[in-house]
Amino acid sequence: MAERLLEIENLRVEYHTDDGVVTAVDNLKLHLNKGQTLGLVGETGAGKTTTALSIMRLVPAPPGRIVSGTVRFRDEDLLKKRIDDIKKIRGNKISMIFQDPMTSLNPVLTIGFQIEEAVMLHQGLDRKAARRRAAEMLRLVGIPAEREGDYPHEFSGGMRQRVGIAMALSCNPELLIADEPTTALDVTIQAQVLELMKRLREQFSTSMLLITHDLGVVAEVCDHVAIMYAGTIVEYADVTTLFTNPRHPYTRGLFGSIPSLDEEVTRLKPITGLMPDPTALPSGCRFHPRCPMAGEICSSRIPQVTELDNDHSVHCMIYEGLVPGYEE
Amino acid sequence: MRTETDDIIQSSDEHPGELPESLAPDEHPTVLPPEFAVNKRRGQWAEVWRRLRKNRTAMFGLAVVLLIVFTAIFADVIAPYSYRTQNLDRIAEAPGRDHLLGTDDLGRDILSRIIFGARVSLQVGFIAVSISIVLGGTLGAIAGYYGGRIDNVIMRIMDVLLAIPSILLAIAIVSAFGGGIVNVMIAVGISYIPVYARIVKASFISIKEQEFIEAARAVGARDGRIIVRHILPNSLAPIIVQGTLGVATAILSAAGLSFIGLGIQPPTPEWGAMLSSGRHLIRSAWHVATFPGLAIMLTIFALNLLGDGLRDALDPRLKQ
Repeated sequence: MAERLLEIENLRVEYHTDDGVVTAVDNLKLHLNKGQTLGLVGETGAGKTTTALSIMRLVPAPPGRIVSGTVRFRDEDLLKKRIDDIKKIRGNKISMIFQDPMTSLNPVLTIGFQIEEAVMLHQGLDRKAARRRAAEMLRLVGIPAEREGDYPHEFSGGMRQRVGIAMALSCNPELLIADEPTTALDVTIQAQVLELMKRLREQFSTSMLLITHDLGVVAEVCDHVAIMYAGTIVEYADVTTLFTNPRHPYTRGLFGSIPSLDEEVTRLKPITGLMPDPTALPSGCRFHPRCPMAGEICSSRIPQVTELDNDHSVHCMIYEGLVPGYEE
Repeated sequence: MRTETDDIIQSSDEHPGELPESLAPDEHPTVLPPEFAVNKRRGQWAEVWRRLRKNRTAMFGLAVVLLIVFTAIFADVIAPYSYRTQNLDRIAEAPGRDHLLGTDDLGRDILSRIIFGARVSLQVGFIAVSISIVLGGTLGAIAGYYGGRIDNVIMRIMDVLLAIPSILLAIAIVSAFGGGIVNVMIAVGISYIPVYARIVKASFISIKEQEFIEAARAVGARDGRIIVRHILPNSLAPIIVQGTLGVATAILSAAGLSFIGLGIQPPTPEWGAMLSSGRHLIRSAWHVATFPGLAIMLTIFALNLLGDGLRDALDPRLKQ
């Protein structure tokens, strides 16, 4: 059994807005083994980013508030640590790659400075050594070290995301959180950036939490996958199992909505309905209003976790034997 | 080869784009092959300078401001007479060959007094604005960054300050602590604190929400570092514009204080005070009050042109 690096249990995060309390993440359970990549998949608004920010203790407060739960990182509960200790972990042991490289780099600082900053803050290097380290990181991500004095606006989107990767990896973190790192990029650049992340992750033996809504990216990069819906995990499995044997109706719906290359399809098959309004989440199973298999009990009872087999768990009443399931 | 490279980098160092020296990205003196050197350090400020240079009125303003600064620095050399030598034989003499702008009611050369007066006015203008930028900027930065209760307390105090007309506030401060150049600078500086606090707060609020600030937090940077290294450089544009215009306002306020006798005391030549002392002669000797007035007008005009030009040059939406 692989060593656990990150274990989230029972996490609940709320945003207190003028329109009411939004429960962005509820009853979330997740774990990531050392050296592996976990994909966190879900629609926009499912709470993926909030989960990531909770790990970093960066949930904007107010309005956000981590109500309960534990985030265990190497046997330490990050949610109980003092904020000063968290700042020593941020960027050092856990670092983050952001979604939009156009906005996640400071426009008035040179990229060299921005990489050096993390190194100087955490590694105690002087300016010269930090600069050498920055140059080395730039070279690793395929940017000539001469460009360290350039400003973000002098780079293309893909190049900037490479800078973001260089920043995130500069302190050799144990956990890398990548929040939709390729969403803002062209498809061809996406492939390059993913390939780069994959290679460097292995080289640095970093574990990664990859947030995405792209199942193709998941198949390419991840070892395990957690499917998230309306603030909670509905299915967790290793990547092969999930792709060959999805169990939760939502996961099946996701795969069903991907058109096949082999057959002629005139219409896409989306999951019916829309994401629920986060201020008024449905009772019982969050997915029941859109679920083709929903029974009566689904609207009143919150589904418990069912361990199917080897590291494959699902939150659905079908597998608790309370609702008739699929005919297979 | 090596020296040639150095030369090119050197020359790019002296590029006129380096407006405020300390802000220019000078911290990375990398030695590069020549073909890179041309494009080097083409930072934000070089871009701003390029756009400012295209703006003729702003360049005119800048030239006049530089001329006045130059005059103030070299007043000893330029001025034909001392600013305090009285010649009671030649009182209120009209402009002529000996005294280009005439003499005042004590027979002092007006041109010389205006030239020395530039020193006082510029000092008061720049130092008063520095005081209000430093104090107001700090308060605004704290209010904008932390928000909540701190923000409320600071900004309500600023509202109280704003509710008092700034010239009245300055008069109150000067009459409480006495006149003199230092007190005038402090008085004018304090009365404009709220203006800068508001500007800095507004830009901090919008910038702290940006993703790169979240990224800085994710790197583990502390609040002080985020405020000074990450947010402040991004909010310099409005501060610079307001500061330039503010120097003009401060000069005017100081002149106003001196005009009513509360500011700089004689014999120190101050444009406002000169204007005031010449006002009872306006019918018999128009030039005594007119030339100091023109000096004030020209300075303010030039600073305003420059400020407006900077506003345009610093606005990224006008970038071509």
